Amino acid sequence: MLRYLLEKEFKQFGRNKFLPRMVFMFPFVSLLVFPLVANFDVRDMNLSIVDHDHSPMSRRLTQKASASGYFRVTQVADSYERALRGIEDDTADIILEIPSGFERDMVRQRSAAVMIAANTVNGTRGGLGSAYLAGIVNDYAGELRAELMASSGRLVTPSFDIIQRYRFNPHLEYRVFMVPAIMVMLLTMMCGFLPALNIVGEKEKGTIEQMNVTPVRRFEFILAKLIPYWVVGFVALNICFFVAWAFYGLTPVGGVGTIYLFASVFVLAVSGLGLVISNFAKTIQQAMFMMFFFVVTMIFLGGLYTPVASMPDWAQRISDFLPLKYFIIVMRSVYLKGSHVTDMLQPLTALACFAVGLNALAVVSYRKRS
Amino acid sequence: MKVITAHELTKRFGNFTAVDAISFQVEQGEIFGFLGANGAGKTTAMRILCGLSRPTSGVGTVAGFDVSRQPEKVKASIGYMSQKFALYDDLKVWENIRLYAGIYGVPARDIPGCTDEVLRRLDFTDGRNAMVGSLPLGWKQKLAFSVAMVHNPRIVFLDEPTGGVDPAARRQFWELIYQAAESGITIFVTTHYMDEAEYCDRVSILVDGRIQALDTPRALKQQYDAPTMNEVFFALARRAQRGES
Repeated sequence: MLRYLLEKEFKQFGRNKFLPRMVFMFPFVSLLVFPLVANFDVRDMNLSIVDHDHSPMSRRLTQKASASGYFRVTQVADSYERALRGIEDDTADIILEIPSGFERDMVRQRSAAVMIAANTVNGTRGGLGSAYLAGIVNDYAGELRAELMASSGRLVTPSFDIIQRYRFNPHLEYRVFMVPAIMVMLLTMMCGFLPALNIVGEKEKGTIEQMNVTPVRRFEFILAKLIPYWVVGFVALNICFFVAWAFYGLTPVGGVGTIYLFASVFVLAVSGLGLVISNFAKTIQQAMFMMFFFVVTMIFLGGLYTPVASMPDWAQRISDFLPLKYFIIVMRSVYLKGSHVTDMLQPLTALACFAVGLNALAVVSYRKRS
Repeated sequence: MKVITAHELTKRFGNFTAVDAISFQVEQGEIFGFLGANGAGKTTAMRILCGLSRPTSGVGTVAGFDVSRQPEKVKASIGYMSQKFALYDDLKVWENIRLYAGIYGVPARDIPGCTDEVLRRLDFTDGRNAMVGSLPLGWKQKLAFSVAMVHNPRIVFLDEPTGGVDPAARRQFWELIYQAAESGITIFVTTHYMDEAEYCDRVSILVDGRIQALDTPRALKQQYDAPTMNEVFFALARRAQRGES
């Protein structure tokens, strides 16, 4: 019986003018466009320098800042007020003010003060920019101190040097962080929401009523809806692997088999969510709206854009209930760190619980007869 | 032999009694017309008999199976054609026939022969590869009827099968119904067209969820002293309290 239903679903899918193309286009578009647009890397910040000292040391600091690659010196202002105007008319993002007597204080007291002011309308950009700039200044201060001590012939006082090393994503590239997560989003759409929309579509057309008077069991009917989209989801996932490799040089450090295992459990969970939606929605419009709600919640609370760990506590509690969160963690771990199944038993258990729970809910909420 | 029996079948939705203790019996090979105004409860009663809706009280049997306890057995022995056209528009004619033959358990090797038989009976062999969505409504409905009978059920339920088609197509459709009845299949049909009621062996008229009349068209016309079924219907439907729901 399942055989005939599957034949029907695959034929209908193949004849759809839109869906098969989407399976190919979606991975390309989402992987090539989203990581570029949704980019939190801070580069090319416009730096305005207010140098009251005009000394060799202050000029060296200016050079160091502009040579770092993070900043573009767009303005050399003679007063802080003028530099501030630069921020107001958006020609400067960040101000570095070097007070007069900078070199003198440095030579005499081995320390001097500078001021950093950043435009934090965009908090991330402002925060990261001032942190980078502070890092450059500290670096330079250490360098100067060492030089001064060496020239004065005294022993260099021991000091700690913090060398920052970023594991797994050494260049802190946002797209490396994004690409695995976008694959998760894609599977959610294709395996969770498309079959649900398909079922609601049959409700709307009335063809499901005809199915309900046949001896077809509900389970077989649903399975016949899900299987084609599982196949499609895995095809799309492989296209994603290809795109990530071809355009970003990204390959999973861990095993592809690990990804497949987790993806299978995850797909079961989101299919269950889709089925619950399809049970409650009478029309495609209602179903779309419910899905939109879940997609937005999952994208923002599931850690797609911003790490769950930096969310407020209550939001982290909510994200515990989103299957997306666990799979995103898994995908990033496998892709970037090469984690094994044994390292990720907790997300695996969580995903398995979602798969069982959501499908049980789908069975319970389905009323076969009125 | 009685193939459909209803005893005090009732369906309530909250305070609303859609079907109110209806009782009747249908003989094998009979064309049984189930008439009533919009909202009289025809579709609800039919859905109960098809195992799609559970009766609030009362007993119904179809092909010897209890509709509330053995709905799946009932479904396997009946054909059903709903008010809405319910074949798949994006499948070809033969694919729709194959699908329903397959899910009703026609053995795989018999399906091609079965498909040819359906198309031959409809005289539609040329349309085999046409997409169902591209067919005119009259053809779609004849096809839906044939698909509902693809597994040779003992009983076929037709819910307003000729809604929206022209008189010529309706006549052709009724020819198919007669052919089926001659081969011993019981036809349970709801309709709004009183000329169609005249074609039935017996008709029942449902008013506000209750059966107000049940007899042959000829006997009903005599009883109400009316020349046509149309007037019989008006005489009864006038008493209806509730409108369209």
